[in-house]
Amino acid sequence: MFPELNNLLNTTPDRVEQGKLTLLCDAKTDGSFLVHHFLSFYLKANCKVCFVALIQSFSHYNIVGQKLGVSLTAARECGQLVFLEGLKSSVDVFFRAQAEPHPLQFLREADAGNLQPLYEFVREALKPADDGQAAWRCPVLLVDDLSVLLSLGMGAVAVLDFIHYCRAAVCWEQKGNIVALVHDSGDAEDEENDILLNGLSHQSHLILRAEGLATGFCRDVHGQLKILWRTPSQPAAQRDRSLTYQYKIQDKSVSFFAKGMSPAIL
Amino acid sequence: MAAAATCGTGAGNKGCTAAAAAAAGKNNVTSFQRKGPRASVPDSGCARLVSIAGTRPSVRNGQLLVSTGLPALDQLLGGGLAVGTVLLIEEDKYNIYSSLLFKYFLAEGVINGHTLLVASAKEDPADILQELPAPLLDDNCKKDFDEDVCNPKTPESNIKMKIAWRYQLLPKMEPGPVSSSRFGHYYDLSKRMPQELIEASKWHGFFFPEKLSPTLNIEPCSLTHGYIKLLQFIQNVIYEEGFDGSNPQKKQKNILRIGIQNLGSPLWGDDICCTENCDNSHSLTKFLYVLRGLLRTSLSACIITMPTHLIQNKAIIARVTNLSDTVVGLESFIGSERETNPLYKDYHGLIHIRQIPRLNNLIYDVSDVKDLAFKLKRKLFTIERLHLPPDLSDTVSRSSKQIPAASSRLLGPDCGVMAGGRKHLDF
Repeated sequence: MFPELNNLLNTTPDRVEQGKLTLLCDAKTDGSFLVHHFLSFYLKANCKVCFVALIQSFSHYNIVGQKLGVSLTAARECGQLVFLEGLKSSVDVFFRAQAEPHPLQFLREADAGNLQPLYEFVREALKPADDGQAAWRCPVLLVDDLSVLLSLGMGAVAVLDFIHYCRAAVCWEQKGNIVALVHDSGDAEDEENDILLNGLSHQSHLILRAEGLATGFCRDVHGQLKILWRTPSQPAAQRDRSLTYQYKIQDKSVSFFAKGMSPAIL
Repeated sequence: MAAAATCGTGAGNKGCTAAAAAAAGKNNVTSFQRKGPRASVPDSGCARLVSIAGTRPSVRNGQLLVSTGLPALDQLLGGGLAVGTVLLIEEDKYNIYSSLLFKYFLAEGVINGHTLLVASAKEDPADILQELPAPLLDDNCKKDFDEDVCNPKTPESNIKMKIAWRYQLLPKMEPGPVSSSRFGHYYDLSKRMPQELIEASKWHGFFFPEKLSPTLNIEPCSLTHGYIKLLQFIQNVIYEEGFDGSNPQKKQKNILRIGIQNLGSPLWGDDICCTENCDNSHSLTKFLYVLRGLLRTSLSACIITMPTHLIQNKAIIARVTNLSDTVVGLESFIGSERETNPLYKDYHGLIHIRQIPRLNNLIYDVSDVKDLAFKLKRKLFTIERLHLPPDLSDTVSRSSKQIPAASSRLLGPDCGVMAGGRKHLDF
């Protein structure tokens, strides 16, 4: 996790909010550093994490996690982390017929059905232990990323339904959190993606949006991060709080600064 | 050489084997090597994997890299193409330079002794391999190519070392017929690859018209028939030859180079290039996803050329870019108004690095130069920064003022939405 981002979001691993949906969004840049942040943050906060990693392999997250101070292999072995590796499982699902329903069953199907097997997997992974003892703090579902599901044949409505079911199970029933990454296609006119992004924006409590700079590429400032705190259930008369920072990604951390205050310029 | 002298026994000594295989060409090898590729191969194979011919570990994250066949492009991509990733080339309008990059990639595989898998719906893979360009050999190696390899009477052995005399006693590293210890070679386009090199190489061909079967006896899923067949073929080769380490009979220590030509074109049975609202719009993206899954779990690297200029639906291009690791776009000047534009007279086209992956890392190697142009000469494909020639006329007559920054797709990664505006800047 990045200590500077924790300060901006006003959270620490000891004080974890519950029942929140956080939406990570990136436009014209790569927002995966936010995924690494939340993954290491919740692992350090002693939460049980179910990570649906559809874009990269386990070792990628593991190596970056080690730079940020968490060991994914250790977390997986002791049961704190349930990792669904999309790329590896897709090969198994696609080439060999599975006996029991696999979370990525939709890869074999022609008609875009629904993501129910995936939801069942998440629910099974995050359900509390049978003996009633709370070994971990609160369950967390992390998805990287939801836009890939659209590319794999699911409709935007199916993905929104999946998040809705997960919210009911994880956020409301078990008082956990959900963090999901969606790409913003910008001017590529991806209607399904826009539906998904808008739908999730209205449901989220916290939106972190990483954008490229409006003036183009810069070596010292890699992008801009917009943080928006929302209260979905409150009436719209209450103003949502929003902050904008610029950031630079380094080898093991990300430094944030106010707009125009990059250390390279001052 | 010092590492080779000091490390004694130990088959697992990665630094020793890497230094031994490196000979004189490499300047990035240190005796400290991080773990090898990201592919999930058993640990006992890790130590020996670094010494696969034609690969080198990345300086940044220890990732195993292979050359794309074009040293200029290797440099722009941060040292080379990572094993287990996909390089997507967005074709230029007449598919001239993209097929050239395709051939460079395959030729590099032949030189390094990698196994090739060539898939095409347009040309027979055997014909593609016949047309590979010949490598440029150094003069020394050309001599060895004809003579006996173990010729002790090379001129260097006559020089007695005075100070480092202990190194004289070490066995000499004899280069093969081609200097395969180098990473990245140059090719002469006017000559063909020698027949004996092609025959010595191991390759698998997938020519789609031959694999068409009249009856479809596979489970229906939304992939087109061509893609399903190709995926099964690739998976078969990977499993049979042991590139993913799962076959107990075969222990493979080589790289599989996969080349897929014109993916997405109607010849593969896909209609995304024909209409905007196509039935199987997820076919190509699903294919890319499963292909990437196959690559991540095996020792292979893939190059795909795709005619993205024909794809009508821009959303698909964005999705395809997100599903690939490295994306390079080519834009040639042939047939466009820029061919006669004096600004571009030295170059044949523009090259856009659209995406570079961040593998095992938060950061990645990105060059500062965003406007790159390429130039093709007989022996050299150079990529350099686009230099505007000086305007030496009395009046300001530069025609570049008429060319606004039309499309934001010209910009590389990490550029904002507004940077590709319609107004051209007047300073």
